[in-house]
Order: sequence, then C-alpha cells, then structure tokens
Amino acid sequence: MSSRRYSPLFELTSTRMKEFLREPEALFWVFAFPMLLAIALGLAFRAKGPDQIPVGVVAVSEADPAAGRAMDALKRAPGLLPRRFAPTEGREALRTGRISLLVEAGPPAVFHFDETRPDSRVARLEAEDALQRAGGRRDVMAVRAEKVTAKGSRYIDFLIPGLLGMNLMGTGIWSLAFSVTTARSRRILKRLVATPMHRSQYLLAQILGRLVFLVPEVAVLVGVGWLLFGVEVRGSILLLLVTCLLGAMSFCGMGLLIASRATTVEGASGLANLVLMPMWILSGVFFSSERFPDVVQPIIKALPLTALNQALRGIMTEGRGLAGVAPQLAILAAWGLTSFAVALKIFRWR
Amino acid sequence: MTPERTDIAVRCQGLVKRYADVTAVNGLDLEVRRGECFGLLGPNGAGKTTTIEILEGLTEADAGEVEILGTSWSRDAMALRERLGISLQETQLTEKLTVAETVRLFRSFYREGREPDEVLSRLALDEKRDSRVGKLSGGQKQRLAVACALVGDPEVLFLDEPTTGLDPQSRLQLWQIVMDFRAQGGTVLLTTHYMDEAERLCDRVAIVDRGKVIALGTPPDLISSLHAANVIEFASEPEIDEATLRALPGVTEPHKRGPNWSLPVGSLAETVPVLLDQIERSGGKLVNLSTHRATLEDLFVSLTGRALREG
Repeated sequence: MSSRRYSPLFELTSTRMKEFLREPEALFWVFAFPMLLAIALGLAFRAKGPDQIPVGVVAVSEADPAAGRAMDALKRAPGLLPRRFAPTEGREALRTGRISLLVEAGPPAVFHFDETRPDSRVARLEAEDALQRAGGRRDVMAVRAEKVTAKGSRYIDFLIPGLLGMNLMGTGIWSLAFSVTTARSRRILKRLVATPMHRSQYLLAQILGRLVFLVPEVAVLVGVGWLLFGVEVRGSILLLLVTCLLGAMSFCGMGLLIASRATTVEGASGLANLVLMPMWILSGVFFSSERFPDVVQPIIKALPLTALNQALRGIMTEGRGLAGVAPQLAILAAWGLTSFAVALKIFRWR
Repeated sequence: MTPERTDIAVRCQGLVKRYADVTAVNGLDLEVRRGECFGLLGPNGAGKTTTIEILEGLTEADAGEVEILGTSWSRDAMALRERLGISLQETQLTEKLTVAETVRLFRSFYREGREPDEVLSRLALDEKRDSRVGKLSGGQKQRLAVACALVGDPEVLFLDEPTTGLDPQSRLQLWQIVMDFRAQGGTVLLTTHYMDEAERLCDRVAIVDRGKVIALGTPPDLISSLHAANVIEFASEPEIDEATLRALPGVTEPHKRGPNWSLPVGSLAETVPVLLDQIERSGGKLVNLSTHRATLEDLFVSLTGRALREG
C-alpha cells in the first residue's frame, strides 16, 4: 500500500512526450523537415543580383549579318543573356521555356514571346530598347535610376514565417489526431476510462505534450533563417512566441476535433489531409495568397493558417506590435475555441 | 456515505443488451460474493464480454439493474472506479512505453494504491521493467494488463478472458496471480471459455449461453448435476443409432460430437463392457474409445448440445 502522490497530469504528459520522442519519423517531420525545406528553398531563391533573362536570336546561317548585329546590341543590355538559334531550334527553346523571348533581327524586327509571362514582357521591352538604341535612337529626357534593397523583401524573408505557420499547423493537427485515434483504435482509451482518470486531464496532457516541443520547433526554424539567411525578427520575440502558442493551440483543437470520433488511423489521416491540403495552397505558405481572385479573398483570410501566416509575417518582417496582429490572433482564437468546444461535445471515449 | 455491510460484491438483475442485429445479453442475473472467484463460462459470442463490460460501467445496458460494492454507476462512478481493477479483453497498451512507465501511469490515476515496483515483482515483471511494451511476449503483456489492474489495490478484479491465446506456462502463472489476489481477500469476476480454467480457478461458475445463465454453482456441484461421473467417447463402424445407446445401462443423454458419440455415465465398469458387447453383436467394429472424468465441458454439451469451442 502506498499513498505517495503521483500526479496523473504529469504522468500523462510525460508518457505522451516519451511516446513522441521514441518515434524517429515524427521527430524528422517536426524538426528536420521544415529546416531542410527552408535551406533548400532559401538556396534556390537566394538573392544573387538581378537575374539575366535568357533570350534567343534567330540566325539563318553562321554568318547572318543582321543576326550578328542584333546579338551585339542585345549583349550590351545588362538584363539579357542572348544566344543564337537556328529558326526551328529557337521556336523549340521558346516553347519549352529555355528562353523567354525569341528575336528575328529583321527588318522589321519581330519579337516572339508569351504575353502571360512577366519575364518575357520585361525581356521584350529591354530587347526593343537595346535594338532601337543600336539603330540610333536618342533619349529625349535624362533619367537616373536609384536602386534600393529593402530588408525583409527577399523570398526567404517571406518563406520562413510561412514554413513556421505550416509546421505549427501540421504538428498540432497530426500529433493530436494521430495519438488520440491510435489510442482509441487500440482500445487504450476504453482502458483509461475504466480507471478513475479524469478525462479532461487526458486531453489536456495531449495538448501539453505537444506544446512542450513548441519552443525548440520555433527556435529551429527561426534560428536557421537567422543564421543561414539573415532573416530577422523585427518585432517582439515574446509576441512571436505568443502568436506561435496561440496558433499551436488552435491547431491542437482542430486535431482533437478530427480525432473526436475517428476509429481508425486511416480515417483520421484522411480527415487531417482534407483540412491541411487546402490551407497549404491557399494560406500563403510558399507564395502570397493575394494571388487568388478577389471573390475568394474573404474566405482565404478567414482560414486559420492564413491568419497565423499573416501575423507571423507582420511580426517578423514588418515589426508589427500586438495591435497590428490583433485581428489575426482573434481569428486563430475563434478557430481554436470552436474546435475544442465541438470536439469535447462529440468526443467518443470507446 | 456509509460503508457497505453487504456480502455481495457484484449483483445484476435482468440485464439486457441489444445490438442492431443481435441480443447479446438477454435477461441475465448474477450475484458475486465478496472474497470469491466467480467465473462466467461460455462459448465465444455467449454475451460474456458484454456482460462484464456492463458490470464495469463501460457499456450501458438497455434494461436491468447493476449494483457494485453496494453502490451503482449512476451514483458515484469515480469513487467506484477507485475500488475496481479491470483488465479488458485484448487490451493493447502503448507500445512505445516501458513496463515500469505503464504501471506508473496507471498508478497515478488512483488515490490509494500499491507501489508500482512491488506489483511488478509480484507479477514476475521486474526483469522486464525497462522493456518496451511492444517487445513483450503474450504472457508478459497479459501480466502487465493485470498489473495495471492491481496497481490501484482494488477490492474487485474484473478479468475478461485473461488467458486466451497464452501458452500453458503463462496460463499457470496467471492463475497463480489470481489465486494470490483472492487469498488476500480480493473478489474476482472473470470470463473464460476454458472449462479447465473455470474448474481450477473459480469458487463458483455461471455457465452462460445466448445471453443467459443456464447453470450456476460450484464446479463439483455443476458436474455432479450431470448425474454421470464419467464420460465415454467412442466411434464404431457401422454407427450405432441413438435409440440403441439409450437402451444401454447407465446411459441417459448420448451426444454426437463430430464422428464420436459422447456418453455421460455413472459407472464405467457397468457400461463399457455392455457397449463393447453391443458393437460386437451387431457385427460392427470399434474405431476408437476413450473415457474421462466428467467436466464442465460435458455439462455444457449436455445442456446445449454444442461444445464450448464451437461457439
């Protein structure tokens, strides 16, 4: 006999954490994967001076004099990277996207390009300017270009908060949905309910067991962004952590809702993907959600991941304070509270 | 709350549980006395698990009353749970946790209980205390499940099919654990479809079939209710018909079991020679013959016409 106090909440939380730490795959997805993704994308889209746009010049023969003159003119344009092509090869290169513009020297000069590609339109303007100047055009007024590099305007600055939001969503939803559904399908829930355990403590422990990993998770991504790419947190670190905490809690609620009735892990996975997929695309992780049409913007803005990403970007790149991200935090809180309330109402213990 | 003076640990009356296509429990009454080991014996699908889960407060009955330790699930479920130890049929505990962590977790749910280490050594699991649950053998897993039930120091232990699928040595180990618990004054309610388990372990047995208790008593009383201490099993060619068998001295209820006839008889010395003589006179020959002392299995066959294993 003993009446030494064992804290059920502590035991439930620590066993939940151990379960997670003993799952190498889960550790990979939570910590290593977002880090690798940030590094890979950061390298692919690193700022390396203005890109030169590849363009092609049609040359009917080796010694096509018109093509030669056009090549010389285009080489002087700083933004262009011209190459000679035989006529059929040139069209093929344009069609497959290896060049953004194909020039026939003429006269008259002919530009082949796809109008929907912004780089093609830029190349056309620059190529025309270069050819006109070579042909003797003079500027009618003087201009001076002043170049700016604003901090926080690079792709990696956009990406790191997006990856952080995506990771908080994935970890919150998966860890809750997975562990609770597994416990139900293996009848562990039923066994626990047969003890004097308080049900609320079980659910709380599931959430605490996930939140313990929040700080290292945020630190890894923000740290990689800062050390490798110089991505700074311009706002308050505390506000950033509070936002991450709120986001994580909110997605825990959604994970719990997914797991509230699912009896198989497969069923819960399907539901989780149904929730995750649209937000990966719509909520501005890899590219701005502003690109979607105006009619769907209200819906996109109401999604929890959009709100989280906007808040994180506001704090990290714009240095916004609490007031600046309050609407986004309110959206997150609303999602979290609603999910928890519904999940608790319909939760099935057997 | 006054301490219950009753000698009854578990009582239920008129239990009914219907599922969409089947009535699992159909008017079942039980009374388990404090300090006894009570067995629910019956084939798979007899309604044993549904019954025990209703008694454990895990399943709601459609009709009937349940009283556990003088109180009921609707009165104070949490206080009642403190006093019960439960092992479900085929509970799979979390595989990534160790044995010691699992027992500690279960200990934490109870206000009063035993030391996890003490329970582990009592159940011969101390060598496995740091092993992951997923790496345990079937017998070790089952002992761990019982450890989780015992760590809250219960008054009543519910065991649903505690030895199903275990090797003989693990079964004996588990029986010893149950006997020790009972020897210290604990009450046990277990379900089983092994008649030897019921005979060896239980003070009283209720034989359950199709959601009802069809016989109740101590194993010796139940067996003697057969009015036949022994059973002859035999096969012959050509087969002897039932009427001829009934005419033999000492034979009352012949049963066909597969290719064999099963004859509960009072005395082997009286019936066996006559039976052999009968086979010879009718020009047949004996294919096989064996005898054993009557068991609960034979009682079940004589009550239902089916074997326990057939379900």
